[in-house]
Amino acid sequence: MAAPLLETRNLSMHFGGVQAVRSVNFALAEGELRCLIGPNGAGKSTFFKMLTGQLVPSQGQVLFRGEDISHAHAHQIARLGIGIKTQVPNVFDGLSVRENIWLAANRIHSGERANSVVDEMLERVGLTGAAERLVGQLAHGQRQWVELGIVLSTDPRLILLDEPAAGMTHEEVYKTAELVRQINRSKALIVVEHDMQFIRMIADKVTVFNQGAVLVEDAVENILRNPLVRDIYLGKQAAA
Amino acid sequence: MDLIALLAIQVIYAIASLALISVGLAIIFGMMRVINLAHGEFLMLGGYVAIVATGHGVSIWIAMLVVAPVVVGIIGVIVERTIIRFLYGRMVDTMLATWGLSLFLVGLTTAVFGNTTVGISAPLGSFQIGAYRTSGYTLFVIAVAFVVLGGIFAVLRWTRLGLIARGTMQNANMAAALGVNPPRVYAVTFGVGAALSGLAGAVLAPVSGVFPTIGVAYVAKSFITVIGGGAAILTGTVSASALFGTINQIATFATTPVFGEVALLATAIVLIRLLPQGITGRFFRRGL
Amino acid sequence: MNARARNLLGLALVGLVGLSFLILTPRFAELDTVLDLTVYMIMAILALSLALVWGYGGILCFGQSAFFGLGAYTYAIAMFNFGESTIPLLLAIALPAAFAALLGYFMFYGRISDVYLGVITLTVTLILFNSVNSTAGPEFHIGSARLGGFNGIPGIPPLNVPGNKAAVIDLEGMFYLSTAALLATYFGLRLLLASRFGRIIVGIRENERRAELLGYDPRAYKLVTFTIGGALAGFAGCLFANWGNFVSPTIFGLAQSAQIIIWVIVGGRGTLIGPIVGCIGVQWLSAALGANQPSGSDWWTRVLANAPLILGIILIAFVLLVPKGLVPTLGDLGQWLLRARARRVATGLKPKQAEEG
Repeated sequence: MAAPLLETRNLSMHFGGVQAVRSVNFALAEGELRCLIGPNGAGKSTFFKMLTGQLVPSQGQVLFRGEDISHAHAHQIARLGIGIKTQVPNVFDGLSVRENIWLAANRIHSGERANSVVDEMLERVGLTGAAERLVGQLAHGQRQWVELGIVLSTDPRLILLDEPAAGMTHEEVYKTAELVRQINRSKALIVVEHDMQFIRMIADKVTVFNQGAVLVEDAVENILRNPLVRDIYLGKQAAA
Repeated sequence: MDLIALLAIQVIYAIASLALISVGLAIIFGMMRVINLAHGEFLMLGGYVAIVATGHGVSIWIAMLVVAPVVVGIIGVIVERTIIRFLYGRMVDTMLATWGLSLFLVGLTTAVFGNTTVGISAPLGSFQIGAYRTSGYTLFVIAVAFVVLGGIFAVLRWTRLGLIARGTMQNANMAAALGVNPPRVYAVTFGVGAALSGLAGAVLAPVSGVFPTIGVAYVAKSFITVIGGGAAILTGTVSASALFGTINQIATFATTPVFGEVALLATAIVLIRLLPQGITGRFFRRGL
Repeated sequence: MNARARNLLGLALVGLVGLSFLILTPRFAELDTVLDLTVYMIMAILALSLALVWGYGGILCFGQSAFFGLGAYTYAIAMFNFGESTIPLLLAIALPAAFAALLGYFMFYGRISDVYLGVITLTVTLILFNSVNSTAGPEFHIGSARLGGFNGIPGIPPLNVPGNKAAVIDLEGMFYLSTAALLATYFGLRLLLASRFGRIIVGIRENERRAELLGYDPRAYKLVTFTIGGALAGFAGCLFANWGNFVSPTIFGLAQSAQIIIWVIVGGRGTLIGPIVGCIGVQWLSAALGANQPSGSDWWTRVLANAPLILGIILIAFVLLVPKGLVPTLGDLGQWLLRARARRVATGLKPKQAEEG
């Protein structure tokens, strides 16, 4: 079996008295798409923050392509090839859509090449028409796509998506799922979501987090039928 | 032996005065996350009020301990209602507006009182420690610091007002939902912080005299102390004052006052580098 | 007209106005006025240094006067020791830059946030004020230059043509030099901001976290920006020492550091023209208000006489009422008027015309 692209060993995080993530052992293969679900406060976003260097783990290791990145700086990890779309859109609100994407593309391309990459990306996320508008003035769904465009433009090996479909209309959700599947053709992804419809549109294997630890990992159909999983969601979305 | 006793008193005095000038700021910053750059001017105003009151025949003790805090406290409430409350959440803008306020107050007092230093002589005379004489007023300042800090501790810990204040500080929305009126809490908090600063300025007036730009000397040191102290108001102020006051005094004793100030700043920079959240970000976290 | 063309037109306009000002002023204005205008030019360079660091870099520096003062003092001290101005000029730029780099290293790599940056930089300039102010005795000297304490350093020799000690710059020459330097700084900064580096520092200002997650190291970018700002301020300091042939510790003081911040706020953060306008405007206002000072007072005294009161009010008013500053607000107003006019024109069309239009 090939070495995993991303691996965590006994990864833990505690803040003061709160244990946000406990001893998580996680592995993701090259090109795999994994969904991460779990109730609010289960530790998913904290987990992501440790993967991207925004938080230093209290214990354990994060390995990316075999390299220990547990204590690396966020910008170093980004350069190694991990991109993240955060839960609350993290974009350059005061700049135009084009400038947002340029800042990302510029990291790996220069001059004219960067400009053409920007145009391609605008096309890909469907924002060519809004290219000169300030991101802060866009609708929520569009801001999510801007962020997606930003993340894709740095051509990462692994993309983390934290609630990419949040606050979107039904058509937007559909479009986002398509985009995610398309991205998966060349990149590995970990997607955190609550929207079960969305998950069923994209997922293969699902990891369930609860209270900071991995509860169960299985194929999506089995997860949805798993009584333990239903329990932790207190009956919400159980019939999805 | 006497030298050690003298040095000890000087160090405790340095700590006490640093704590006194910082605690008003610590309350405002700790409770409201407002950076009040006019803090030095509140101290300055306290000094002037004390001197003016004394000049009008009020007993020096009443002028320093009652009149000054009350007057400056009222000024604080006015400032909060007219300027600060429009800028909540905008930390940088608050800094700028309060800096403007600071300039305004300096200009105003210069226009009214002129540029020269006014002073009142320190009461309580001096006393002997072995071969050295030291001012009895030093001990008074130390005593005031203890009383003020102790009083704040008592209020925060054991009174309803203190509980409301702490609750609002932790979670304003929740406090509002429980019937507390956050705007009023903020106005009172700012007023109290200002009053304490006025008290400190008044108490220190006999030591260094008062002139319009004396705030400058206070503002840097008090800010460093508050930021170095961290989130907890009392524990932070006390621990940071202890650290900085000691270093400042020892460096001053060994070299010159100017170098003492430099040592204080250098220590602060190193401290913030090591403990970005201040002392109580890491130690004494449960403190008040 | 598209954005790029408008941009170039704006630049050309600034260049034209600047050059005309440079060439025509000494011909038509009295020497007194030229003297005043010269210091406005010098202060405008100082304003631009903060515009870069704060307006574009997002670094809240309350102590830009520290580098200004270091530049002035370095020039003065070096001039007394070297006698020829080439090295002092270079040192006046290099030393403040080095100091900025050192301070910046501690602040940015120490992950000190916004607000604390302001307090620390303010404290640094105040400490410099206190230190230099207390160097009054003859024992305080660097080589053959006495620091002078609160008396300052008088009689600073002016710049000379490199290599030719005798060819010193005169009053008019200072005006030409300062104005040319301001124009060069303006266009230089425009170039810098349009470059890759400039666009990245703006991104870091907008959202540092996101810039980091894209692979940019914000600490390094901020350090470079801060250092360039320090060098520019030092350069302005050198020019200032030449202008007045005198420097004193007040250059490090609170009034000076407050002024720089006020120029940028009044003029408008996020622009370069704004701070220049704010700087010249506020200085002119201060001088006009101080005009009722006794005629013997020097410019500095006149400005500082009423400065705190008026500046304080201006600062509070602008923060509360015109937070974006004059130039951006006027720009917004202009755009709003243009759009209102377009709407009026559009609704004035007859229905059939409106459909075809």
